[in-house]
Amino acid sequence: MEQKEYTISVLTEDKPGLLNKLTIILSRRKININSLNVSTTEVEGVSRYTIVATATKPALEKVVKQIRKLVDVLGSFLYEEDQIYYQEIALYKLSLEVFQKNRLLETLIRQHGAKIIAIEENQIVIEKTGTKQETHELYETLQPFDILEFARSGRVAISKSKRRTEAFIRELETSQSNTLSIKEF
Amino acid sequence: MEALVESLEKKLKTERLTGSEAILKCLIEEEVETIFGYPGGAIMPVYDALYDYEDQLKHILTRHEQGAIHAAQGFARSSGKVGVCFATSGPGATNLITGITDAQIDSTPLVCITGQVASHLLGSDAFQETDIIGISMPVTKWNFQITRPEEIPMALAKAFYIAQSGRPGPVLIDITKDAQQQSFDFTYEACERIRSYQPYPELKEQPLKTATELINQAKKPYLIFGQGVTLSGAEKELKEFVEKTGIPAASTLLGLSAFSTNHPLYVGYAGMHGNYGPNVKTNECDVFIAIGMRFDDRVTGDINTYAKQAKVIHIELDPAEIDKNIQTDVAINGDAKQALKALLPLVKSNDHEEWVKEFHECDKIEMDKAIQKSIQPTSELMTMAEVIHKLSIKTQGKSVVITDVGQHQMMAARYYQFDQPKSHITSGGLGTMGFCLPAAIGAKIGKPNREVIAIIGDGGFQMTIQELGVIMQYQVGVKILILNNSFLGMVRQWQQLFFDRRYSFTEMDNPDFIKIAEGYRIAAQRIEKREELNYAFDQWLNTKESSLLEIVVEKEENVFPMVPSGSCVSKIRLE
Ligand SMILES: Cc1ncc(C[n+]2csc(CCOP(=O)(O)OP(=O)(O)O)c2C)c(N)n1
Repeated sequence: MEQKEYTISVLTEDKPGLLNKLTIILSRRKININSLNVSTTEVEGVSRYTIVATATKPALEKVVKQIRKLVDVLGSFLYEEDQIYYQEIALYKLSLEVFQKNRLLETLIRQHGAKIIAIEENQIVIEKTGTKQETHELYETLQPFDILEFARSGRVAISKSKRRTEAFIRELETSQSNTLSIKEF
Repeated sequence: MEALVESLEKKLKTERLTGSEAILKCLIEEEVETIFGYPGGAIMPVYDALYDYEDQLKHILTRHEQGAIHAAQGFARSSGKVGVCFATSGPGATNLITGITDAQIDSTPLVCITGQVASHLLGSDAFQETDIIGISMPVTKWNFQITRPEEIPMALAKAFYIAQSGRPGPVLIDITKDAQQQSFDFTYEACERIRSYQPYPELKEQPLKTATELINQAKKPYLIFGQGVTLSGAEKELKEFVEKTGIPAASTLLGLSAFSTNHPLYVGYAGMHGNYGPNVKTNECDVFIAIGMRFDDRVTGDINTYAKQAKVIHIELDPAEIDKNIQTDVAINGDAKQALKALLPLVKSNDHEEWVKEFHECDKIEMDKAIQKSIQPTSELMTMAEVIHKLSIKTQGKSVVITDVGQHQMMAARYYQFDQPKSHITSGGLGTMGFCLPAAIGAKIGKPNREVIAIIGDGGFQMTIQELGVIMQYQVGVKILILNNSFLGMVRQWQQLFFDRRYSFTEMDNPDFIKIAEGYRIAAQRIEKREELNYAFDQWLNTKESSLLEIVVEKEENVFPMVPSGSCVSKIRLE
C-alpha cells in the first residue's frame, strides 16, 4: 500500500511524559516522524501535538487508535493534506554584508512573502511561514547567497471540520457519563 | 450551609499521616488484603509502616521481585481482584518488568508500587536510581511518579480505577523516599471518572442489528471466544447465546475455562496447538463471531488466509483491537457481557446439527491421528498428554490449573477438561517461562478454597524455583506437577521439525528436584512408571498442604496437531 505523508493531531492533558508515550507508539512500529510540534492550547491544561509522519493510511489509523488508548489523551485524529490548514515557520540567517551588496535580495524576499525580522550589526534574519515546499523554495533561492543558519519548525495544523474542540472539552469536563468521548469525535 | 457541612466533614475525616501510612490507608480503602513484595532501601519507609498494619494488610515476602509480580498476576486472575505488589527502586523495580509486560499483554489488573530515591537525587544516577517510569512506559496501562505525599491519595485512587476498568492492565506508581517520609493531611476519595479516559464504550444499535441479521441467516456460523468473556464475567451469557443459536464454540488459549469443555456445542481449542476442527472450520464457516479475543498470530496463523470466506463479527471492548489484525464486517465495540445480553433477545433459536456434526467428524480424525497416540502411548515412559488426561479425570476438571510455558502448557490446554470459570491461568501473550510457580502461589492465595495445580516443565521450574520458599513460609497449599523430559521440550520440538533435529542447547541435566523440595520442607515424590501414576496422584492430591510430584516423561514427545508458525490454519499438521 502507498505510503504518504499524514498529519496526526492529538489533544492531551498537560502531563509530563506524554511525549515519550506518544513517540514510542510510532517508533515501535518503525514509523519515522517527519515533524512534531507540541504546545498548549486555548483551553487551560490541554496541549496539542501535531505529528507529521509518512506511512500507509491503515498503519497510521492503527497508531491513532493506540494513541487514543493512552489515559491522558483526550482525542486523536488522522488527517490527509486536504483536510487541514497547516503552516510551518522557517528562519534564515544571512550576512548583512552579502545582503547589502545584493540589492536584488530584498525583492526576492518580498516575492516569497517572507519578511526581515532582525537586522544586527553583521547579520540579518528572514522569516517565512508556509508549507515545507514553500519554505524550501526560499531556501533554494537564498542558497547562492550563503545561508549562515537555517531552522524550520514542525507543522502546526488546524482541521477544516466544523467542530469546536474547546466546547467539547468543556462538555467532557461537566458530563457524568464515562462513555462520552472526544477520542472518536 | 451545605458547603460548610461538607468541608467540616472533610476535616473530620482528615488525618495527619506520613506518605507511607497514606499508601497503606489507600490500599485498605481499595479493599486490598494481600500484597506481594520484596523490600529494599527506597521502599523501607513503606515496609516500616506495614509493621503497624499487619492485622489489616497481609504481605507475602517472595524470593525475587519476579516472583512477587507473577504471584500478584495469579492472584488477580483467580480472584478477579486487583493484584498488588511492592518493590524497591533500581533492581527491585526492573525485576518487575517481565511481569508487568506479561500483565499488559494478558490484560491483568495490577497496581505495582515501587520505591524511588529521594526527589532531590532524581536524575543524578544515585545509588539504585533507575528511570522506572521511562522503562515501564510502553508496558503499563498507566504510570506515575509521586514526589510529594499530597499526591498519594489521588494517584492511588486513579491507579486502582485505571487498572481494573475497561480492558484491565498493569499500573505502576513510583514514589520517592522523601514523599514516603513526609507528613500531610490525608483524605481519600475513590476515583470514578477521568475526563480523558472512557473505559466503557456505549453499545451502538446499528452493528447489533447487522450482526443479528448475519447470525440469523448464517448456515455455518462459528464462534471463538477469548479472555474478554472471563474479564467481563460473561460466562453465563455466552452459554445462553451458544445454546439459543446452536452455534459451535471454540476457545482461545486464554478463553479456556470460560465455557465448559464438556458442553455438546464446545468444539475445542483454536490456535497453533489447538484442535483440528476449530482450526480447519475457520476457513469453512460463513459467519465468524469473535468474542473478547484479539486475533493473536498464534490463533490466526497467516492472516491472509484466515476466515477469508466468512463475514466477521468482532465483539471487543478495546477499540484498538478492532480491525487491527483481521478486517471485520461488523464491529461491536463494547463489553462482552453487555453485548451478549443485547444480542440474546435478538437472535433466533436455531440449531445447526449438520454443521456441528462436521466438527465431530474432525474430532474423530484428530482422535485417530493424534489424541489416541498421545493419551494411550505405546512407549515405556509416560507422555505429558496421558498424565494430564488422567489428572483431568482424577480432579473432574474442577481444579484451577496454572501452567508455565512450553509443551506441558499446550498439553494442559488440550487435555485438561475445564469445568468451572477462572480455572485456567497461563502466560499467553508473552509466553513467560517462570510464570507458573509464583502465579500458582498467588492464585491459591486469591482462591484458598479451590484446588490449585501448577503444571511446570523442568526448564521453567528452574526459572523461579526459589519461590518454593514462599510455599514453605506461608504454608500455601499448591500442588506442583513437574513434567520432566530433561529437555527444553518445546524448543526441542521446533528444532526437530524445522531445524533438522539439530538439538542446540536444549538438553538439560537437572538437579534432584525431590531433594530441593524437601530442602524447602515440601513433601515430594518422583515417579517414572505408569503403574505408579494412580497411587501417586492420590497421595499427592489427598493432602491439604502443598506437595510436589515429579513425573519423568518421554524425552522426545511432540505436541500435535500443529499449525506451523505463519502457516494457514487449514494446513494444520496432525502428525
Ligand atoms: C523467559 C523465557 N525464555 C525462553 C523462552 C523460550 N521457550 C519457550 S518454551 C521453552 C522450553 C520450555 O521447556 P520446559 O520448561 O522444560 O517445558 P517443556 O516444553 O519441556 O514442557 C523455551 C526455552 C520463553 N518462553 N520464556
